[in-house]
Amino acid sequence: MHRIVAKKQLAPNIHMIEVEFPPRMVAKIRPGQFVMIRIDEYGERIPLTPAAIDEDKGSLTLIFQEVGRTTRRLGRLREGDLISDVVGPLGTPTEIKRFGTIAVVGGGIGTAFIYPEAKALKEAGNCVVSIIGARSGELLILKEEMKSVSDKFFITTDDGTVGRKGFVTQMLEEVIEMGEKLDLVIAAGPAIMMKSISDLTRRYGIKTIVSLNPIMVDGTGMCGSCRVIVGGETKFACVDGPSFDAHLVDFDHLLSRLKMYSEEEKLASQILEMGNQDGL
Amino acid sequence: MASEARRTAKRQQMPKRAAEERIRDFKEVALGYDIEQAFEEAKRCLQCKSPRCVEGCPVGVDIPHFINKIVERDFNESIRIVKEKNNLPAVSGRVCPQEDQCEAKCVLGRKGEPVAIGALERFVADLELERGAESTISPIATGTRIAIIGSGPAGLTAAGDLAKLGHDVTIFEALHKPGGVLTYGIPEFRLPKAIVEAEIEYVKKLGVRIETNIVVGKTLTIDEIFSMGYRAVFIATGAGSPRFMQIPGENLNDIYSANEFLTRTNLMKAYMFPKYETPIRVGKTVAVIGAGNVAMDAARTALRLGAEDVCVIYRRSEAEMPARIEEVRNAKEEGVRFQILTLPVRYIPTPTGRVGSVECIKMMLGDLDETGRRVPTPVKGSNFQIKVDTVIVAIGQRPNPILANSIPGLEVRKDGTVVTVDSSGKTTKDLVWAGGDIVTGEATVIGAMGAGKKAAASIHRFVSSS
Repeated sequence: MHRIVAKKQLAPNIHMIEVEFPPRMVAKIRPGQFVMIRIDEYGERIPLTPAAIDEDKGSLTLIFQEVGRTTRRLGRLREGDLISDVVGPLGTPTEIKRFGTIAVVGGGIGTAFIYPEAKALKEAGNCVVSIIGARSGELLILKEEMKSVSDKFFITTDDGTVGRKGFVTQMLEEVIEMGEKLDLVIAAGPAIMMKSISDLTRRYGIKTIVSLNPIMVDGTGMCGSCRVIVGGETKFACVDGPSFDAHLVDFDHLLSRLKMYSEEEKLASQILEMGNQDGL
Repeated sequence: MASEARRTAKRQQMPKRAAEERIRDFKEVALGYDIEQAFEEAKRCLQCKSPRCVEGCPVGVDIPHFINKIVERDFNESIRIVKEKNNLPAVSGRVCPQEDQCEAKCVLGRKGEPVAIGALERFVADLELERGAESTISPIATGTRIAIIGSGPAGLTAAGDLAKLGHDVTIFEALHKPGGVLTYGIPEFRLPKAIVEAEIEYVKKLGVRIETNIVVGKTLTIDEIFSMGYRAVFIATGAGSPRFMQIPGENLNDIYSANEFLTRTNLMKAYMFPKYETPIRVGKTVAVIGAGNVAMDAARTALRLGAEDVCVIYRRSEAEMPARIEEVRNAKEEGVRFQILTLPVRYIPTPTGRVGSVECIKMMLGDLDETGRRVPTPVKGSNFQIKVDTVIVAIGQRPNPILANSIPGLEVRKDGTVVTVDSSGKTTKDLVWAGGDIVTGEATVIGAMGAGKKAAASIHRFVSSS
């Protein structure tokens, strides 16, 4: 059991929770890795990326958006409540070294994934150009945190309420066009955003790493639910990834697989909203 | 009973629920003997002086002895005898392929039907579980800490044996529930989870600690385990990584590995969706690729999840099917169809990106291969398509490489299995043993239990002498 020691709403339907986790395992978490959590007997196993870790205290900070039934129920938990299972770190860490100048691009909840990478890359001596975006200003997360680890920092919103009006991809193109020589781009966010980032950087010949977000069950390579096509080969994102060379990823396949359970998710959430916990 | 009467007495048939009733739920199919049936069946045993059945048992249960106690109606003593060698009798009584093991060696089987040893084992085990199994052993604690990685049949067996010898045993399990394949893989209707939980409780009563949510190799390293004071490690992580055929379209939506399909159903209880929140999709027409026990489990699960037509597609003929005859029979009774001598070559999507049909090619059987089975070869130009809504790929599992790859000095084969230097399961790395599917590749529950037993004995000898 893992106690929620702090909880904060960051934006509509986006929450941050700090959860107890043994210091010995907290110490092992590297940027790019994730944990699987199961809130109780009924919950799905869902992958979440620690946005921050506290080894002394023995805790993980997890940011999530309410999408399906499990994340909605997670959103209803309060400080002091218990989460049944947390296992990790899982997945292969992102390579952190001095690359030079790196653009770090976070879309929506993807910013939570990208923040620890941006921080580590900054500490490794890179020049970090950050671009974060969301549909609207109220949905932006980790603005201050991202700014504090960036040499240059840009915000975009689809509706123009905060920062530049438009998409992160357009901002990235502008940065490139302005003459910023990028050695690497790292991106996380909705699959469609990562796809357009990938298309853009391919045109400019800039190496790009994306963190994929397929549906997982065990998170340890046991089931193949998270299989993605990279360079024409089938990979399990939970063990081979979740970070891959963007230019090798079959994004259309990923987009399709992400929709596999959309009908079921809708049904389960509707029943939850109706207040029928049994769903029968 | 006179010897002649024993020879002619008919084997007691275990009652099973009717097919049309059982495919509507996940409750157990085979109901087990009642006391009188068990008594009648036990009387058939010839009580051979040098019993061959025991040779056929990977964990060496004293079979005639426990059966004789059933005849004497001393059921407590009967289960005690079984448990001297077998820590999980209610499990093995259900899922062991007895027809290839103990029962294959039974003298009665030469002219008629062998004694139903498995059914009798299940009978005494279930009888005890109804009351709650207690540990009757109170060994002197040795204080020696031993770590077991994986809580499937090999791990639980080794842990139980080592605890019985007084060692301080901890099992590290990656998932949130212990049991390995017994929990995530084998379905409720063949192996009720309450039975698995009860047998795991017994192992815990022997003094074994189980730590869940620990992925050794990721969240805990083997070196850390040794630094925590463990004197020996037994790797029993099984074969949990699904194989795919690597044919076009295999990553389309609604194509599952059997592991995923069964894990969603058994471990995550997707059959009670949405109360249990993990979804599963089963269309009207389901194709299961492969014909082993896992394929039968998947096919029968699909039926219970509402599929109208479930078809097993297998490239060889029925004679070569790796599944137990009993499981193939159960599947057929429930209406599963078999499309033999057929090999999938590609999957064709619907406009929405889900699997719509599978293109297959007809096969014919040629000469024998090294496994003694006839080699299937494609019949040129025989391609045809089958319309499907859901596909379950059940062509086998290989070991998950996470752990083995994290241990320097541990020799691992190309297929991910761990090399052992002797029959006790000692590996090329000091203080590390391995056994079960991680060594043999995908095999049986009882084979893994046998390996766990041997490793436990070897670890005990090692820690006692050093």
